[in-house]
Order: sequence, then C-alpha cells, then structure tokens
Amino acid sequence: MRLTEIQKIADMLKRVNENKEIVKNVEIPSIRIAEAGFPQPVKTGLEYASPARGTWNIVHTGMLIPEAHEIFVCASCCLRGVVLTAAEMNAMDRFSTVEIREHNLLDGDMEELVIEGVSDIINKLPKRPPAVLVYTSCVHHFTGVDLDMIYETLRERFPDIDFTDCYMNPIMRKSGMTPDQLMRSRLYMLLHKRELNSKAVAIIGNDLPTDEDSDLVHMLERADVKVHEITSCKTYEEYQEMAESSVYVSYYPDAAPGGDMLAERLGGTHFALKYTYDYNEIDETFAELAKVIDIPARKQEEISELRAFCEKELEETLEFIGNTPISIDYTYSPRPLGLALLLLRRGFNVKKVYLDAVAAGDKPAFEYLQKKFPDLELSPTVHAGMRFAQTASRNEKQGKVLAIGQKAAYFENTNHFVNVVEGGGMIGYEAVYKTARLMREAFENEKDMEALVGIKGLGCEDTCCSV
Amino acid sequence: MKQTSRITSTYSADTMGVCSALFELGGMTIMHDASGCNSTYTTHDEPRWYDMDSMVYISALTEMEAIMGDDEKLLGDIEEAVSDLQPKFVAIAGTPIPTMTGFDFESVAAVAEQRTGVPCFGFATTGMNTYIHGASMAFEALAKSFVYEPDKKNEDASERSSHDGENDNNINKKIKVNIIGLTPLDFSINDQDSSIAAWLEAEGFEVVSRWAMGSSADEIAGAGSADVNLVVSASGIAAAKVLLERFGIPYLVGVPIGRNQKECILSDLEELSEEKRESEGLCPDVLKSECMVEQADITYDYPERKKEDLVAIIGEGVTSLALANAIELELDIPTKVICATECPEGILRSKDRILPDEEDIMSALGGAVIVIADPLYKPICPAETKFISLPHEAFSGRLYRSDIPNLVENSGDFLKMLQI
Repeated sequence: MRLTEIQKIADMLKRVNENKEIVKNVEIPSIRIAEAGFPQPVKTGLEYASPARGTWNIVHTGMLIPEAHEIFVCASCCLRGVVLTAAEMNAMDRFSTVEIREHNLLDGDMEELVIEGVSDIINKLPKRPPAVLVYTSCVHHFTGVDLDMIYETLRERFPDIDFTDCYMNPIMRKSGMTPDQLMRSRLYMLLHKRELNSKAVAIIGNDLPTDEDSDLVHMLERADVKVHEITSCKTYEEYQEMAESSVYVSYYPDAAPGGDMLAERLGGTHFALKYTYDYNEIDETFAELAKVIDIPARKQEEISELRAFCEKELEETLEFIGNTPISIDYTYSPRPLGLALLLLRRGFNVKKVYLDAVAAGDKPAFEYLQKKFPDLELSPTVHAGMRFAQTASRNEKQGKVLAIGQKAAYFENTNHFVNVVEGGGMIGYEAVYKTARLMREAFENEKDMEALVGIKGLGCEDTCCSV
Repeated sequence: MKQTSRITSTYSADTMGVCSALFELGGMTIMHDASGCNSTYTTHDEPRWYDMDSMVYISALTEMEAIMGDDEKLLGDIEEAVSDLQPKFVAIAGTPIPTMTGFDFESVAAVAEQRTGVPCFGFATTGMNTYIHGASMAFEALAKSFVYEPDKKNEDASERSSHDGENDNNINKKIKVNIIGLTPLDFSINDQDSSIAAWLEAEGFEVVSRWAMGSSADEIAGAGSADVNLVVSASGIAAAKVLLERFGIPYLVGVPIGRNQKECILSDLEELSEEKRESEGLCPDVLKSECMVEQADITYDYPERKKEDLVAIIGEGVTSLALANAIELELDIPTKVICATECPEGILRSKDRILPDEEDIMSALGGAVIVIADPLYKPICPAETKFISLPHEAFSGRLYRSDIPNLVENSGDFLKMLQI
C-alpha cells in the first residue's frame, strides 16, 4: 500500500468535530444577583473543572521556598497532577514522590512508608536540601496516621534538614482551613526565630510578588522600612532573613490564617490589609497599617491625587471600550463583586460575575449590588452545566466580550481578556488604575485564550527559583 | 526502595483510564472523589477536552459524606445531572477514599440506573493502579453490556443483497475488524488511531468499530458483527476476551508498526477470521479453546538473536512490544521491553520485564546501548546510553505532545535513529 493512499484514507477517517456538541440546548446555569443566595448563589452537585489553570496549586506555592525539596506521599491518581505540575515548571529536580499502593492500606504500614520513602529519596538526592516539604494526603488523614511521630523521626534522622508538614487533602476543604489557606501558612513554618527588627516588614502569603509600584511597597519604602517577601528570596538563607520582620502584612485573604500562626510562633505582629476596591476602605486600611508599623500615614493631598488618577484612568477606559459587555471571575481578584461594583458605578456594562461562593469580605458589595444592580448575573464555575458554557457562547456568536480573568474568558469564549490571576500583585489604588489599563489593553489586543489559560501557575517560572 | 520516584513521573491512574476509554461515547463519567482528579484529567490526560463537550465530572465528596456513608448525596446529584444533561449512560469510577470506606460501586450504579432509567456502570477503581487497569475495566464493561448480539438473519440478507451480481460472495466479502484499546493516553491525538483504521481499510478490511477513538456508542454496540479483533494496547485485552467468549470473535494483540510486522498482522488477522468462519456453529467452549491457542502464537515471541539487549524500550506493554518487534524485524537489533504498566500474562517475551518502580527500571537498563522512552525517563538513564525520546501521553501528559510520532504511518524516520 502506498503511503499517499494510506494518507488519503486516513484523512477520510480523520475524526471531525461533528460530535463536539454532545448535548444540545443545555441551560447554562446563572442567576440574577437580586435572587442569589449567600454565600452560594447557585447550588452545585456534580462538579466540573474548566481548563483555565492559571491559579497556583500547592506544588507551585511550595516551590517559593528557595532550595527546598518537595516530596509527595499519595496514591498515583493524586500524584499525577502534582508531578506534571513540577515537570511543566521545570522543577523535577526539586520534586519526588512516594506512591501509596493498595497493599499499604491493608498492611498498616503507612507511617513506615512515609519515613522510609522520604529517607530513601533524601539519600538519593545529588545534593542535600536545607528544607524538605513532605505532603501527606487524604488517605493518611482517614487512616489516622501518626504524623507527629513521622516528622519527629525524620528530624532525628536528618538533623541538618528543616522539615515541614504539607497537605494534599482536598476532602478536608470544607472542614477547617482550606487547602489554599493551609499551604500559604506552611510557607513560613520553616523560619527560625531570630531577633526582631522594628524597621523590617514581611509581606506574606502571596504567590505573585507585590508590584513595586503598588501603594503598599511605596508606603513602606518611603518610610525606609526593609521589605521582605518570599517571592524575591533567592537562597534559603535569604528566606530565613524574613524572620527578622516585626510586622507580617497579608492582603490576599487566604493568607491571613498563616499570618496569625506566624505571629504566634515568631512574636511579631500580623496585620491583614483589606483587599478592596472601595476608596474609603483603602484609605482606612492603609492608615491602620501605618499605625501598626509606626510610620507616617498617607496625607490627604496624596490620597486625593490617587483618587483623581484612578478616576481619570477609569474614564479613559470607559470611553475606550464603551458599552462592551464585561465578565469578571474570581480568579482575577479575591473580591470580584467589589470590582464589579466599582465598574458598574462608573457606567461600565458589567453583565456577569463567575464565582462559586461569595467570600465574606465581598458580602457588603454583594448586598449593595442586590439593591442597586439587581440584574447583574452570577454564574458558578463548577456546576455540571458549565461544561457546555463555552460551546454555548461560541454558538451565540455574540459580539465582543471583555473578560477580566481566565475563567470568564474561557466561558465567554473570548480572546479579549485580562490574563491575570490571584490579584496579580496589585493592591490599593494601584489595583484600580492598573485594572483599568489592563482592560484597555485586553480590549485592544486579542490573545490566544485557549493556549494561555491552560498554562498552570501563571508566572511561577519567574518567581520560583531552581536549586 | 520500591514505590519511590526521585525524579521520574507517574503514569495516569485507573480512574482516568475509565474516563479516557468512555470519553467519546456520549455518556457521563463521574470520578467519586473530593477534588483534583477532574482538573488533573482535563489538564494532563485528555487532549480532546477542548474539541468535544464530553461530560466528565467529580462527585466533590466531602469528609462528612465519606465518614457518614452518605451515598444519597451522590445519587441525588446524579439524578439531577442526568435529568438536565441526558447522557447515554453513566459511569462512576472510584478513587482512594471510596476504596477505603468500602463504597459499593456496583450497587450504587444499580440504584442510579433504577432511578434515572439510564444504563449505569460502577467501576471500583482505586486510583492506585495505572490507566491500563481502568481503561480495561471500561472496555470490558462495554463488551459485556453494550455490544448486542449480531442479527445473523439480517446480516446475511444484507450481505446477499449487497453482493447481487457478484460471482462469489465469499471471495469479495470484506473481513470485519474491531480495533480495541485506543485511547489518547497511548496513541495521543496525532492520528495514529486513524492510521491503523486507514491501513486496515486500505488492505481490504472493514473496520466495524474503534474502541474508543473515532467511533460512536452505536458503532461500539455493533462490534459483535466483526470477524476478528485487533487489540492495540493492554487495555483492550479483557474486552477482546469477552467478545471471544460471547460471540466467538478471535483476537490478535499487536500494533502495525513497520512493514514486516504489518504483513504478519495482516496474515494473522486473515487466518483468524477464516478460522472463525469455519467454526460457525461450534459450541463456545470449542471456539474459545481453539482461538486461545492461536492467541498464544500471535504475540510475536521471536527468539532472542543475541544475548545482549541492545535496545531497551520503556512504556506500555503492547505498544512497546510492537515497537520492539519492528526494530527486530526491520533492523535485526535485539530489544528488551520494560513494561512500566500492567500487562496481562502471555503478551511479553521471556526477556521482557514488568517493572513499575524507578529503582528497578534503573537496574534493568544496565547493558542497554540505546534507551527508547518518554523524555521524563531520561534523568535515570545511564549517561553512556543513547537516549531516543518517545513521548508517551500517559506518562508526560501534554508536555511533549507535539513531538509524538505517528509510528503506524511512518516508522521509518524513527527507526533510522537506531541505526548504529
């Protein structure tokens, strides 16, 4: 058989996407905010996962500790996602696994498997790491594994290594601290107590570095305060220097529990800076921070200038994008409803916000929007019906939609989107005017949405150092 | 130490194997798990995710539901989703926590079927085996429950009608074949699946169904009319055995890579289908024993030509063996397969090994001059060996997808890299 003939038939047999739409006329779940419940606007049952992958996971976050080695002890179905996360971020040299198999559940040797598996890997590493993050899983939780004994034994065996307990136990996501909160708190468990420096502050709990032109960094630098942030640490020693900070500032809401733990352990003060788009709240929270650090607060003149600048940027943006429908999702900002409110008040055509639950910090915006903008739609991202949202958007052949966030971009099937996750290191007034600029940029330039949103841990390769 | 991997990856798990096998058939597959499996599957194991709106979900199991044995929550959610989305069937696949709590997949599937009126399957996957195990369970279930008895009377009438005017019906009748064991985890989406079908069609066969890339659920259901099955990965063997048992369809295990191997496969497929035709009317036991004897001869157990195993191939059993056969038949270079996934007995040669652990694989590579494997195996290969990259979606996911060659259509360029 000649190759060309085979090719011809292969082309004929090549799958076409006629069956792309397996289910037709599915109603895409959404609800008017006026009718939405709190905290879960739309009830979900079976859950769907959209291919938007820019937010960081526990592998990315752990890699922020310079020179540390991660060891996951899990079943293969759980290992698969994390090992390929490490591979995709070119960090396989800092990542190892111990695989739980069926017989381990019956043999009752789970502690031994962790201890001997972790020891075996450490002994095989070409260079001894200063720190090892051991991730246990749901299986350990359900079998009542003695984690204290495990870590005690490992510390005895390897006194030159700092160990910390990390977790991949999503089954506990509705019991106590969420996996995200837990992981962000683990980042600082390896810090050794040292003398506090009243002129040093640590910004904690962020995956992405705080913008150098943010309100926060400006304020601290102007007051000659030394700023530590894990995202800028290149060595383990540099990371340890964070422990001198007398104040730990968190502003990403899920970082707050870690800040409290850090204060209790190292003796500094934790301040949870409010993440908000409301000008008055921005001023209040920054004034409180200045008091805690004992530095001058921003003067009214400066505040007025910042507000005027934000309004100018927003006006320019509104003029530029006009009545274009806008969708926002929770991966862009931890306060998506606060952002929607900011934009709606200024005449932007915000049609929809994608979120699965309204965070406590977004409740005031939620309640205000219910009264003043009752037609704003809320859509869940994990509801089973969302599997068909992208196809529905494609079929609707709607005009240009501007999405703020990756999930909104995917569901709206738009290439005009702001490709930022987890707040992108923006805080204060800077988060307002920079968002406006990013909206203009997204409106003007198309991006390859399907390619970009699939990249895991947006920005991780720039932030996480290799050994 | 076994079970540890210092630097290599992990194969896709059985839970994902179920999803992959059933992806194109219009059903709804539910991973009974807390969270994470679904995003892993869609990101790393399912290259068709953007192109087909297949329904793969997670049950979002919570700690309290697991502890309290609250199966009603899952059943209610299934009922609601089936009512909204109307899948052709429902499949529930297990993960570690349901395994630990003793979740009864078959019973829950039976209750769900009763309540929804849609066929439901329960797969007691544990998340602790490779994708081969799960895909095998799914294909086997299809063979048992989905494939209907071929209607002999209608089939014969149809054949008579279609051959009106021809001199000899038997001569012109095409051999009907199913291709079993196709998933992107082993064959990616570079058209290797279509190339196998195209090659068979070009050689005068009629492809009845492709399990399960490129066929509808209806085509799979009609697989019982085939004369012979071509099993292209270990995940298809259990289903082929069921089809042998149910309909007397013999099967051949192999992948058409390389000119000589293709000829062997064609000749064996013809031989097996002829035997099946001759055995019409025999009782199932006789058919089974006859065909199983044939089966033993067709896994290409070529004698070792040299003592050294010059080329070591790491990967899935059947596809790796097919590549090994091609190398031996085309280049006369001895090979050794290191199968890192499950593979039923009787497929691999005596010199091949099933080794899932990194440490054992490293030991087995001693003596190899060339290693053919996924790029994520490279760090454990001896520095002095020549490493030839053969990305495997089930191991490295989407990382090297664009570099996966279509060995069915063009093995020549790949084999050239081995010439020493």
